[in-house]
Amino acid sequence: MEDPQLEEDQMNPTKRIRKLTLGATALGGLALGAAMPALAADSGPIKIGVIGEASSVAGASIINAAKLAADDINQAGGIDGRKVEIITYDDHSSASDAVSAFKRLATQDKVAAVVGSYISEIALAIEPWSGRLHMPYITPGAASTKITAAVHKNYKMNKYTFQGWLNSAFLAQSVCDFGKDEMVGPYHMKTAVIMSEDAAWTKPLDETYKKCLPKVGLKVLDEIRFNPDTTDFTPIFNKIEGQHPDVIVTGISHVGVRPTVQWHDQQVPLPMFGISSQASTSTFWKDTNGAAEGVLTQTGAAPDVATTPKTMPFAKAYQAKFGDSPSYVGYAAYDDVNAFAQAIKRAGSTDPDKIVAEMEKTKMVGTTGTVQFYGKDNQYAHGLEYGKGKVTGLFIQWQSGKQVTVWPEDVANGKMKFPSFVKLTAATH
Amino acid sequence: MTAIQILIDGFVISALYGLGAIGFTLIFGVTGVLNLAHGGIMVIAALVGWDAANRFSLDPYGAAALGVLAGLIAAYVTYFVVIRPIQRSKRIPADETEIFILTATLLWGVMIQEGMAYLFSDNPVTMRPLLPGVVHILGDRTPVNELMIGVLCWVVIGLLWLVVYRTRFGKPLLAASENPRALGLLGFEMSNIHLFSWTIYGILTGVAGVLLASFLGVSSASAGGLTASAFSIVVLGGLGSVWGSLIAAYVVGYMETITAYVISPQLRPIPALIVLVLVVYLRPQGILGRR
Repeated sequence: MEDPQLEEDQMNPTKRIRKLTLGATALGGLALGAAMPALAADSGPIKIGVIGEASSVAGASIINAAKLAADDINQAGGIDGRKVEIITYDDHSSASDAVSAFKRLATQDKVAAVVGSYISEIALAIEPWSGRLHMPYITPGAASTKITAAVHKNYKMNKYTFQGWLNSAFLAQSVCDFGKDEMVGPYHMKTAVIMSEDAAWTKPLDETYKKCLPKVGLKVLDEIRFNPDTTDFTPIFNKIEGQHPDVIVTGISHVGVRPTVQWHDQQVPLPMFGISSQASTSTFWKDTNGAAEGVLTQTGAAPDVATTPKTMPFAKAYQAKFGDSPSYVGYAAYDDVNAFAQAIKRAGSTDPDKIVAEMEKTKMVGTTGTVQFYGKDNQYAHGLEYGKGKVTGLFIQWQSGKQVTVWPEDVANGKMKFPSFVKLTAATH
Repeated sequence: MTAIQILIDGFVISALYGLGAIGFTLIFGVTGVLNLAHGGIMVIAALVGWDAANRFSLDPYGAAALGVLAGLIAAYVTYFVVIRPIQRSKRIPADETEIFILTATLLWGVMIQEGMAYLFSDNPVTMRPLLPGVVHILGDRTPVNELMIGVLCWVVIGLLWLVVYRTRFGKPLLAASENPRALGLLGFEMSNIHLFSWTIYGILTGVAGVLLASFLGVSSASAGGLTASAFSIVVLGGLGSVWGSLIAAYVVGYMETITAYVISPQLRPIPALIVLVLVVYLRPQGILGRR
């Protein structure tokens, strides 16, 4: 059969040449495309995917800190001479956006590992995909204990997921330890009301609060869980006050400004301590017009406290580059990128199973302490290890526009101070 | 004590709801526009006011004034850039203008929300209280600022009444809401009346946004919820009826407050929504609606 196309081409040489060139380019492109994965694995930059929540206070630190980590690694020569390249996506605090970003990172961007999201609901949505796509994944801030429970229960499937920040049970434990040292000790407080936002990460948090607060001497009078969409906190504070506790123990992260400002404007006479993630960012003072005065929160590290030799240089570089100081998630994201980079270096490859095996061996001095992960037999498998000599976090308090570290005592650089409307009830009991 | 607190909180929240909804219903009554970017304009006023206060170290009043100005400008932009081109377009059939405007303002609202989230993040901000401190009323501790906000809302509503019922600028507004065609036949320039209504709308909505930011805080993510809340209050009160909106605002405000205090803060919006559904079923024209 005669090919009419050929005939036409023979009649028109210019067109033929153009066609040939096009064909060649397409072929070349195909060849290049086929060669790409092999190239990505052996030479060229090592890509690490980052999924952040760019417009939320805590989540915005993830992308910034990851970029800074890559800069530092590259300045020090990269991973065996190969540069680290960060590919970022904003998930707009949506689990479906995060999952599509994760799939894209794995299948199109061909990254070696992903650092992503501080929201537990989102990390829990990514976790099964990390298993299906064999893509090593670490969350720098999601605290739900379900993340590591899944790794423990189905190691083979979920071993690609790591938790790069303390889980809620440990967070609650550190809050209780603080309560014992700083509330029960000096002020002889006896009763507390738990006030937490209704979210995946606060379920295990509240469970542990209810167990460990009584152990340190704070009787729990009530547990109030409120919708993160709440705008008016007056009824909640009103209810808490009606129960006459000595102190409010918080579990808030998605909210922060509203309860803090209303606590201040309504002059609720009770001190608050616990987890108030947004208060760990340097912009919180401005966001609350100074209503943050006296607010206490657990956090990863503080810019002016040398938890490790890495803390202050990181915080300083972050501040110089982005204008404010990192949230707790920023410290963790910086450490997580470094942990992956070191694991890839030790593995000598970007093979996911080898990366996971090396991640499990991590013992790295990071910005918040010594980063290690629990083994697969632990109930918190692949969770960040908590304890002295590992990571404990610290407590900061806002005082006259500055974050002052007040606990633990060996790193504290100030004493607790409360606004005058707060009544410390030591004397009345 | 709780009873007094419910009375005070309910009063202030309802007044804020009322102020937010009045502009929405006014602009519908006079110009026939359902502005679904309503919440976005409140958010602009609040965020610009908050940002200006920090940027230029303004006192709360200066910041509030700038916020209201931003709300007014946003209302003008909505009118001149989004709505008027559609109203004047010859390519859009007259009977489809309304649906075009509805869609356009909805999209404009989304654009405002995303734009504000880009500029200011979606974190709520609160403006500095106009008056700091608390007072004790019959043993109940109330922020002075909260009382001030309730009073201010009613002052603004009172001024609106004066402008509409007692000045020569206002009377055409009333007439336009009754019968725009007759007004046009009488030789009134409708575009002037529209511009005047959008001016009043911008100021009302700007004030509502700024006061809300000073009381409960506002974030870019609030835009949709604020539109929805104004919309349901206006439907409850009767589309286009200012007094109906005020009554509905108090019904919704007090139902929410009582639910939050007596039952649970979690269930706050539920009873008011049930009432809204019932009203739509049993009296579709709303409490004081004409149609």
